[in-house]
Amino acid sequence: MRRRQLYAGISALLASGVIFVFPFVFILITAAKTRQDAAALTFSLPHEWQLWQNFIEVVQTRNYMLLLAYFNSTLITVVAVTLLVLFGAMVGYLLQRRPSHWNTVIYGAVLAGLMIPPAVVPTIWVLQSLGLFKTISGMILIQVAYGLSFTVLLFRSFIATIPRDLDEAAIIDGAKPLQIFFRVVLPLLKPVTVTVIVTQSIAIFNDFTNPLYYLPGRDNVTVQLTLYNFQGQFQTQFNLLFMNILLVTIPPLIVFVFFNRQIVAGMTAGAVKG
Amino acid sequence: MTRKSPYPYWFVLPAAVVFTVLFLAPTIASLWFSLTRWDLFSTQFIGLENYRQFFREPFLIQGLINTVIYAILTSGTKTVLGLLLAVLLTSGIWAQGLLRTVIFFPVLVSTIGVGITFSVLMHPTRGIINVALSAVGIHGPGWLTDPSLALYSIVFVDLWKGIGLATVIYIAGLASISPDYYEAARIDGATGRQMFFRVTVPLAKPATVTVVTLSLIGGLRSFDLIWAMTRGGPGFSSDVLASVIYKQYQAGFYGLSTAGNVILFLLIGLIVLPMTAWFNRKEVDL
Repeated sequence: MRRRQLYAGISALLASGVIFVFPFVFILITAAKTRQDAAALTFSLPHEWQLWQNFIEVVQTRNYMLLLAYFNSTLITVVAVTLLVLFGAMVGYLLQRRPSHWNTVIYGAVLAGLMIPPAVVPTIWVLQSLGLFKTISGMILIQVAYGLSFTVLLFRSFIATIPRDLDEAAIIDGAKPLQIFFRVVLPLLKPVTVTVIVTQSIAIFNDFTNPLYYLPGRDNVTVQLTLYNFQGQFQTQFNLLFMNILLVTIPPLIVFVFFNRQIVAGMTAGAVKG
Repeated sequence: MTRKSPYPYWFVLPAAVVFTVLFLAPTIASLWFSLTRWDLFSTQFIGLENYRQFFREPFLIQGLINTVIYAILTSGTKTVLGLLLAVLLTSGIWAQGLLRTVIFFPVLVSTIGVGITFSVLMHPTRGIINVALSAVGIHGPGWLTDPSLALYSIVFVDLWKGIGLATVIYIAGLASISPDYYEAARIDGATGRQMFFRVTVPLAKPATVTVVTLSLIGGLRSFDLIWAMTRGGPGFSSDVLASVIYKQYQAGFYGLSTAGNVILFLLIGLIVLPMTAWFNRKEVDL
């Protein structure tokens, strides 16, 4: 039996190595090649390693567009996720602590948010009339609106595990609603907050479709859109295109290394309860 | 009860404002705009003309059909393969943890990056897939250049990227099944196959519901992978509703684009709502 498990493990590892790891190795080696070498598209070690030169060249392309993109993407991600945590936790808290007929309405909205594809052009129309189209602030608010449903559900189910006695004690001590929430409840939500932060950060950082629609224009470029913009320009410079892919892949990889457990927890929420 | 509640309703206000203004209002407005000829500055009511056009133009119909094919293929395969992989990766095989990591990581990677990488690997003459095939004497097809194949090649890449999510959801689901059931089945002399179909499959139902629902909605809305790999081509052979919506938007047909949005919304509702109701009604019996 043990022996069988070992052989099964080895063959599964070999198969997954070919299927899942190989494309990443291909990205890495192509990113290290010279222009002619990379153009052959072959799976071979670079004749001449020039990972660093390619890195510099990609960063400098189009007047440091990639740096600007990293800045924009980071800004959008950080602000949007902060707002998501605050707004989502507040809604989840109220849903759990004060059941009323409004809950049905809120759950309906949450469900709609999970299911309905955003109506693109009408959203642009709304953004435009608010003066938020093609702005970073508009993009941030869009990400908040689209991420809320999932966040509320995660917070709500976690808040159910926090005893009400704690709120009661704070109420007796004369705490105001906001104080109870920020001083007593929010600090206890740390595990689920980490999960929300990590999963939403990855989702927003990797988002391509929404910036494509709501944030066009060179000054507002985001990381995923650099890939799209360079795809045409780098048609003959695969080494630079793949260096760009490599750079875009690294942030999620780092997050994954540190927060593997929280990511899986966030993404499998709902799989166990009926 | 004169004292104010410690849980004031205005706690939902910030979320409600953002959600209503940027999501609900545009969704409701889309119903009206889909009935108009629209250039963002002026609208002209044209009734159901946009919808009529949608079901008259062959390439728009093709987009609709492709959406359904794409969603069913990706969702179905993720469900079946995800469950099998989860069973394999909870069976105590060697390097289990490493295998889970390897299969899951693509979920977190940029879809555009994955799409570009695979479109290079699938290059008809120089791509590694066809080079490898020709080494064993097979003349590989044009994975993304053959109109009858392009959509299915993208489905494959979608599975490559998304199977890890289905697998970890199933792993979490399997972990919640009490070992007592397997023990009882073993005492009753159940074979491995019987245990899988009579114990694992019914008791993993919550996970199945999650996987099917998530992957179906995701599949119906799929855009970025298709856009990165083929832009809906060759011709319109791999267009789906979401890429049609984008193309009509780019072309300035805002009314038509919005009608596409409403159709996608209705399609998701028509498929997902009855399915959820059916899942909820069906009780697990052991």
